[in-house]
Amino acid sequence: MSKNKAVLTGEHFLSGDLACAEGALAAGCRFFAGYPITPATEIAERMSLRLPQVGGVYIQMEDELASMAAVIGASYAGVKAMTATSGPGFSLMQENIGLAVMTEAPCVLVNVMRGGPSTGQPTKPGQQDVMQARWGSHGDYEIIALSPNSVQEAFDLTIEAFNLSEAYRVPAFLLMDETVAHMWEKVVIPPAENIKLVNRKKPKVPPEKYVPFKPDSEDLVPPMACFGEGYRFHATGLTHDEFGVPKTDSPEIQFQLVSRLCEKIRRNADKIVKVEKTMLDDAEVAVIAYGVLSRSALSAVKKAREKGIKAGLLRLVTIWPFPEKHIRELADRVKGIVVPELNYGQIVREVQRIAGKVPVVFLPKLGEDLHKPAEILKALEEIKR
Amino acid sequence: MMAKQEEMGHPLEDFLRKSRMPHIWCPGCGNGIILHSFLQAVADLEMDLDKTVVVSGIGCMGRAAGYVNMDSFHTTHGRAIAFATGVKLAKPELTVVVLSGDGDLFAIGGNHFIHAARRNIDIKVICANNFNYGMTGGQQGPTTPLEAYTTTSPYGNIEHPFNLVHLAAASGATYVARWTALHVRRLTASIKKMLQKKGFGFIEVISPCPEIFGRRNKMRTGLEMMEWFKKVSVIENFSDPAKAEVSRDRIVVGEFVDTEKPTFEEILYETIKKVQEKG
Repeated sequence: MSKNKAVLTGEHFLSGDLACAEGALAAGCRFFAGYPITPATEIAERMSLRLPQVGGVYIQMEDELASMAAVIGASYAGVKAMTATSGPGFSLMQENIGLAVMTEAPCVLVNVMRGGPSTGQPTKPGQQDVMQARWGSHGDYEIIALSPNSVQEAFDLTIEAFNLSEAYRVPAFLLMDETVAHMWEKVVIPPAENIKLVNRKKPKVPPEKYVPFKPDSEDLVPPMACFGEGYRFHATGLTHDEFGVPKTDSPEIQFQLVSRLCEKIRRNADKIVKVEKTMLDDAEVAVIAYGVLSRSALSAVKKAREKGIKAGLLRLVTIWPFPEKHIRELADRVKGIVVPELNYGQIVREVQRIAGKVPVVFLPKLGEDLHKPAEILKALEEIKR
Repeated sequence: MMAKQEEMGHPLEDFLRKSRMPHIWCPGCGNGIILHSFLQAVADLEMDLDKTVVVSGIGCMGRAAGYVNMDSFHTTHGRAIAFATGVKLAKPELTVVVLSGDGDLFAIGGNHFIHAARRNIDIKVICANNFNYGMTGGQQGPTTPLEAYTTTSPYGNIEHPFNLVHLAAASGATYVARWTALHVRRLTASIKKMLQKKGFGFIEVISPCPEIFGRRNKMRTGLEMMEWFKKVSVIENFSDPAKAEVSRDRIVVGEFVDTEKPTFEEILYETIKKVQEKG
């Protein structure tokens, strides 16, 4: 073990769940509140073992409602905090995801996606929560969601999720397929000094001049004081003005607040969004995929190239905010797009919305294993014709 | 005379966010008395306002957090204790107080209450029990007395209510008391005692709600409700909380539990220390 117990610099053989936990620790997470659920339990187990080693707090709450509430409480106390769950728990967390959005509490939520609806398929992979991640809590808002396709990325993107969450004061989700969570691969953990960390902006004014929800004009994000620092501020889930005072009757303040909560993400989307483009420069047909399916898709694209089909892959590393610009650029150049998903049609609807007249072929998959490259290849061949 | 008093200001005004006044509570409501008792206790103990956090849920008493001149958070319905758990564990040096109502703490938030009490986490809960959901216009809740009239029990309440002090004691709280809003001095002394103790503390305050609950139950004014409390309250300190009834004819008040056991955060941080020492 290296000297820095939070950052286990070196090469490791880990599952996605374990790599995610290590990524959180490397990102500075020192608080985990959760509730056991397949297939995310290993994250809680690892955190219960590792957090005490680095002076952090692990607590198993009575349910997911409480877990998310405790995470927001810890965040307001000034500690980087997270939880991890799967579909049924994610549903219960929606209530306080809304509270985290409204009170602009930086926090990270890992959702290891299994098959739904309801209890569904606890041990099978799914991508059925991508729309719930976007729209699951009531009201208008924006969040950030990332989708790893390898164990290394489970580590890297967990750090990224913390950084984005701190930068924009917004809940950031890691939407991980069960397959990535449970597969084992090599992970390289860099030296701590090579890991870029972002911390929330702190107020630069004394307490009597602090306006807790007054945003900075350049990024629309308000600096954040924390409990116990002498600022004596109030936060509420009610519609509030810049002072944190409830103003539930004012249409102006409702518009100002809700539009800012959305715009702080939308206007910064170019800085947030990450995609990976493979063989797209001359592509005539393309696959848009995310999570583990991008690996099947890459294989299919390579096979298509061997057959003389000019195919390429656009992988969505960021799912929310949606990489609209990249999809629009792609749709301007290709004759058809194939979208495989482990659901009955979610992200494909976003792709169709942006792609306009370009044909979009959807390949759903429910309850089985992943798409085989041959299935995606066949769709590429058909769309080429 | 009035002008002079205004110049003098309220004796607890340093503890309130003056910009938030006037409060939203109805005439005759007990919430102001409860908040006053809490702030008086904070003042008497000379607590550090920079290190005290007040958390509340949703409902009439839920607005209390917004009125105090301390760090404060108004959570979602029922989740005040769960949020407070995160605050206390992340920064154990803070004093964390939950001010909320009976519906918020014991219906939608009941699970969080019993588990926080079980853990004996150092959170202090003061519950205004007004027998109904006041904010939404007076619906039946988990503390509504059997046969009482509310907007959703128009034929009389058919459910048995919780005995909150019995529930708290059985769940593991190390300080448990019940007072009415009439027992102001005893309530303030009780809050002071709870704030000076470690561990999960719970004080139920039976609170008049004449505008919403009382008027449907033949008590149209705050005074009438207070007279009811005066007539039927009996102080039975350290009696069996299981037998501490709240009924039309008898309200048992007093301290019921005052014990010591290691708190959750003490055990947690001791464990962290041991793990770190082992390397």
